[in-house]
Amino acid sequence: MKLKGRKIYKGIVEAKAIVTKEGISFYGGVDPETGKIVEVGHELEGQSIIGKVLVFPSGKGSTVGSYTMYRMTKNNTAPAAIVNEQIDTIVAVGCIISEIPCIDKVDINNIKTGQNILVNASEGFVEVK
Amino acid sequence: MDLTSEEQDMLDGKFGKAAQKSMEILSALGEIFNAESMVEVTGVQIAGVSYDNLGEAGLEFLSEMAEDGKVKVLTTLNPAGMDRENWRLLGIDEDFAKNQNRVIDAFARMGVITTCSCTPYLIGNSPHFGQHIAWAESSAVCYANSVIGARTNREGGPSALASAITGKTPNYGYHLDENRHGQVLVKVNCDLKGTDEFGVLGKIIGDKLVELGMKIPYIIGITSATVEELKSFCASVATYGGTALFHMKGITPEYDKYPQPSENLIEINKINLEQARNKLIDDDIEVDFVSIGCPHASIYEIEKISRLLKGKKVNKEFWITTARPTKRIADEAGYSKIIEKAGAKFAADTCCVVAPIKGRFKGIMVDSAKACYYGRAKNKFKVKIGTIEDCIEEAIK
Repeated sequence: MKLKGRKIYKGIVEAKAIVTKEGISFYGGVDPETGKIVEVGHELEGQSIIGKVLVFPSGKGSTVGSYTMYRMTKNNTAPAAIVNEQIDTIVAVGCIISEIPCIDKVDINNIKTGQNILVNASEGFVEVK
Repeated sequence: MDLTSEEQDMLDGKFGKAAQKSMEILSALGEIFNAESMVEVTGVQIAGVSYDNLGEAGLEFLSEMAEDGKVKVLTTLNPAGMDRENWRLLGIDEDFAKNQNRVIDAFARMGVITTCSCTPYLIGNSPHFGQHIAWAESSAVCYANSVIGARTNREGGPSALASAITGKTPNYGYHLDENRHGQVLVKVNCDLKGTDEFGVLGKIIGDKLVELGMKIPYIIGITSATVEELKSFCASVATYGGTALFHMKGITPEYDKYPQPSENLIEINKINLEQARNKLIDDDIEVDFVSIGCPHASIYEIEKISRLLKGKKVNKEFWITTARPTKRIADEAGYSKIIEKAGAKFAADTCCVVAPIKGRFKGIMVDSAKACYYGRAKNKFKVKIGTIEDCIEEAIK
C-alpha cells in the first residue's frame, strides 16, 4: 500500500514502524541517551524508537526539542525516519538539523506498529510492505 | 515557494554548509506555512543561549554552524545562564561557566554580537515600524510586533540563527497584514500603574485567550503606559497566552490600521486585577530571593532601584537582571555603586528564568508575572508579585 505525503526532509529508508496516536515532545518526553519515550502516561512510555520509523500525529512542547533530536542523531539513538499527520515547527527543524528523513500529510491510520515500511521522503510517499 | 537565484544557490550549497542548512530550515518552514517567498530581515535575536537548555547537543550544532557560518544582519542573543563577569558571586559552578562560554564563543565566531538580553530593543537591536525581523524571545517578539510595529513570527533558536546567516525569513504569519487583525476586544475599565499591575493584566488576558483559542487582543481603555510597563505586559501576555501581537488603542502604532473587533468581548475591572494578583502570591511563602528585571531592567528602573536602596542594607539574595550595556550605563552614572553597597547584586547577561538555580531558593519575590510563572514551573519556588517598592521593602526587611 502506497501512501502519499509531503517531503519535510529528504531521504529514503526502510524500517519497522512504531505508531502512536499521541503527540510527542522531544524535549523532556524522549530520553536522548536511551532513545526511549519517557513522558509519564504516554502510550509509548518505556519503548525504544531507535532505528524505527516513528509515526505520530504531530510534535508538541518546547522548541528546545529540535536540539534533543540532533543529540539523538549524534548518540545513534534517533529514529530512522519520522511520519506525521501534520508537521510542527519543532519536529521539522529537528529533522532538518539532524538529517532525519521526514514526511507529513500522511494518513497514519493505515500504518500499524511492527509493519515494515519504506519511507521515501525525497519523493513524498510511504509504502507499507 | 518561489526562491530567488541567490536563495536557490544557498540551498544548493554554493554559499557553504551553514548557509545551506539555514536555507533548508527556512524553505521547509516556508513550505509548511504556505509562504510564497522569502522576505529580507533587518535584524535577528536568537534564543537557545543558556547551556542549561541547550546541552552538549545544542552546542555541537552551533559549533558545526560556526565552521563556515557568518551572520549577514545585526544579531544579538537572548539571556545566557550566567553573568559572564560576575558568575562566581552568583553561585554558578565552574563547569557550567566553562560550557556557557563555549556556547557564546560559537556565536561570536559567527559574528553575532554576544550581548545576551531579552530586551534587544533597549540596547541597539531596535527595528523601525514595518521592518521585517526574525526574533525568538517571546516577550521581545510581542514588544516588536505590538509596541514598535515591526514584523516577526515567534522563532525558535535554529530558525532565528538560519535567518541571521541568510538574512531572510519565510514571508508568512505576522509578516503579512492579513494576519495582524485584532481578534478579541478587551475593555479595561480601571486605571493601571506599575510593571506588576501591567503584568497581572497580561496574565488575565493571556489566560482568557487560551480559553478562547485566540491570539491577538485589541485592548481599549488604557490611557497611558511606559516602556517598562509595556515590556512587563508583553512578557506576561506572551507567557500566559502565547501572544505575539496585540493592539492597544491610543498606545500602539497599528491600533487604527485594523478594525476594532466587535465580538469576543472581555471586560476587566479592579476586582479582576485583585483576584489575578492573588493568584500570583503563594500562601505561606517565605521569601529568600528577590529579583527585578524580567524582562531585563531598563536604566530608568535601575536608577529607581538605586534611589530606593540608597543607604539601606538588603538581608536577602537580591538580583537585578539586565543587559550588559545597561549595566555599563549604571556603572558610569554611579547607580551600580549604590546598589552594590546595599548588598544587592547585578546579574547581567542572565535572568532568574534561565540561570541554573532550580531549587536553590524557597520563595522568590518579583515585580513580573512572567517571572512568577517560570519561578513556579521551572525552578520550583514559591512566588510573590509586588511593585518594585514592595520588592525592595521585602529585601531590606
